[in-house]
Amino acid sequence: MTGSVEQLVNREYKWGFVTDIDADSVPPGLNEDVIRLISTKKEEPEWLLEWRLKAYRSWLTMTEPQWPNVTHAPIDYQSIVYYSAPRTQAPLGSLDEVDPKLLETYTKLGIPLNEQKILSGVAVDAIFDSVSVGTSYKKALAEQGIIFCSFSEAVKEHPDLVRQYLGSVVPTSDNFFAALNSAVFTDGSFVYIPKGVRCPMDLSTYFRINAQNTGQFERTLIIADEGATVSYLEGCTAPKRDENQLHAAVVELVALENATIKYSTVQNWYAGDDEGRGGIYNFVTKRGKCAGRRSKISWTQVETGSAITWKYPSVLLLGDDSVGEFYSVAVTNGRQQADTGTKMIHSGRNTRSTIISKGISAGRGNNSYRGLVKVLPRAEGARNYTQCDSMLIGNRCGAHTFPYIDVQNRTASVEHEASTSKIGEDQIFYCKQRGLDTENAISVIVNGFCKEVFKELPMEFAVEAQKLLGISLEGSVG
Amino acid sequence: MLEIKELRAGVEGTEILKGIDLTVRPGEVHAVMGPNGSGKSTLAQVLAGHPAYEVTGGSISFLGEDLLEMEPEERARAGIFLAFQYPVEIPGVTNAYFLRAAYNELRKARGEEEIDPIDFIDLLEEKLKIVKWEPEIMQRAVNSGFSGGEKKRNEILQMAVLEPKLAVLDETDSGLDIDALRIVADGVNALRREDRSVILVTHYQRLLNYIVPDQVHVLAGGRIVRSGGKELAHELEARGYEWITGAVEAVA
Repeated sequence: MTGSVEQLVNREYKWGFVTDIDADSVPPGLNEDVIRLISTKKEEPEWLLEWRLKAYRSWLTMTEPQWPNVTHAPIDYQSIVYYSAPRTQAPLGSLDEVDPKLLETYTKLGIPLNEQKILSGVAVDAIFDSVSVGTSYKKALAEQGIIFCSFSEAVKEHPDLVRQYLGSVVPTSDNFFAALNSAVFTDGSFVYIPKGVRCPMDLSTYFRINAQNTGQFERTLIIADEGATVSYLEGCTAPKRDENQLHAAVVELVALENATIKYSTVQNWYAGDDEGRGGIYNFVTKRGKCAGRRSKISWTQVETGSAITWKYPSVLLLGDDSVGEFYSVAVTNGRQQADTGTKMIHSGRNTRSTIISKGISAGRGNNSYRGLVKVLPRAEGARNYTQCDSMLIGNRCGAHTFPYIDVQNRTASVEHEASTSKIGEDQIFYCKQRGLDTENAISVIVNGFCKEVFKELPMEFAVEAQKLLGISLEGSVG
Repeated sequence: MLEIKELRAGVEGTEILKGIDLTVRPGEVHAVMGPNGSGKSTLAQVLAGHPAYEVTGGSISFLGEDLLEMEPEERARAGIFLAFQYPVEIPGVTNAYFLRAAYNELRKARGEEEIDPIDFIDLLEEKLKIVKWEPEIMQRAVNSGFSGGEKKRNEILQMAVLEPKLAVLDETDSGLDIDALRIVADGVNALRREDRSVILVTHYQRLLNYIVPDQVHVLAGGRIVRSGGKELAHELEARGYEWITGAVEAVA
């Protein structure tokens, strides 16, 4: 049986192509001049430059976190290119002016930016290396007062909002990678949903790393004003390259009173080859703040790519009766490593949080769940439910769980359930006896295992996630 | 339909089947009986192609094809169905989804179009009647949290939908109360056809009161030590396995 699983074809990473496009890049390396140069190129106001420099100075005093359960060669931060942009005639008035080569890239990735061709009714902001190349449906959204644009544009058009909320959830000195991002971030998406508005379509950002030796440092800021609701999707791919590339993003979410933000990610960065050469280092800080009463933030992530994933989408539950959710599927195959989980910080009264984590390890993958549930003294009646399941495929992979629970209020109720299972040869044989081949059998079993998370994803995303899961687990036993 | 010759098979170097000969013609129901450890379940697993069992000698021909050359899923697509003694749970996958996936694989193998989910619901409604089940069962995860009896009933439902040419029922009667046994047996009887053969692997004669076999074989020590008509089962019930196995040992 193991033999037949082993023989499964290892399908190529089909997003691994490179777009040949002229790029405007700064030389590799990082110092205050590079930061000034980025800021100048982006025509930023003085306060933002100062903010970046402050972040850079605190970054210099920090060291990479050593606690994640991952190993990698030291990263040379001076060999990274911190700014790379496709050379185009800025500014872009509409999508019609986007370089056809870029549009073609996104079409190839299955993300048509041309509004007429979009049937699914999803507004997309596409980030190519360091900059946003186009945002669709902008006008339709603006009619309801919704702002959905690139971060650069937001800095120019809505400086007060940016200044008010930037760094309000993830401060510049929060951690090593967040500080680095704050110093050098080049673009990202900005969303503002005004009071009482329910965003009529899913908003989506599609990230693409193209240039070589480039880090991608995007910054996303989403604000849902009182009573607003938004669902946001994020997808990512990168070309196959032999060297590792750093992706250190920061995502900040702010939900005011009665607001709801649902943030879904399908992460499919290039994972490196079977020997662990190449692939993206995905070191990301994502955090949401339930600032108002009865606000809700829900993270759903499907992590199938990246050589290393270091990511803990978290929720600060400040408002009374606010709700935080984290649904995660993390797959490690080949030599992939993932250390991922969440933090739920209960501060408000009667705050509730749910954590459902599904880790799948195959090949020589190493998968760790790391989570913190913290109940602060004033969080009367706080409740948490955590379910943490691991599935092993083959016998050379690893699954680990590091749950931290810190309860400082006696009325709190915290539940933690965990399980580890091995995908059984008997399960596979049962499926095969009913006519399914091994590949199909694994896909059915794994998708069943992940069902509680997939049902949280928007429809089209769920379909994509299921396909990705199948592909990333091909050739998984060995 | 099925021709087993001099079949030898074992697991991890231990030989369990020591030369089995068995011929099953279309429409026949054969009961394979025997004490624990006689190799009954091994025979069922080998027919389905379980990878843990190694075939060390002999041949199996199914509808003229060399069965031993086929992968388990190819055997299933060719019309072999094994009702498992211990049906496996697949959490999170609904019975309906799983069964439709299996059904479509068989259709594809026959060069037919996949069935529309709506049409499949209609098909299921008919098949559910055979095991006297309500449609709600289809939304539960495959065998997850099912009682022992429900799991066995689910196997018969799958058999009804997949319409095999040869059904191998591995101790489908074990662990069933009398009502469940009757439902399962009625299900099997409803599926008896001139072109469909059945091999019933069972420890007890009880099941054969409900499903009347054409032939009964007694397996002991990895060999078929006696074959006969349905009356052989009654004799076994009355006299116990020792009547035969003891006699064999005396001869040996």
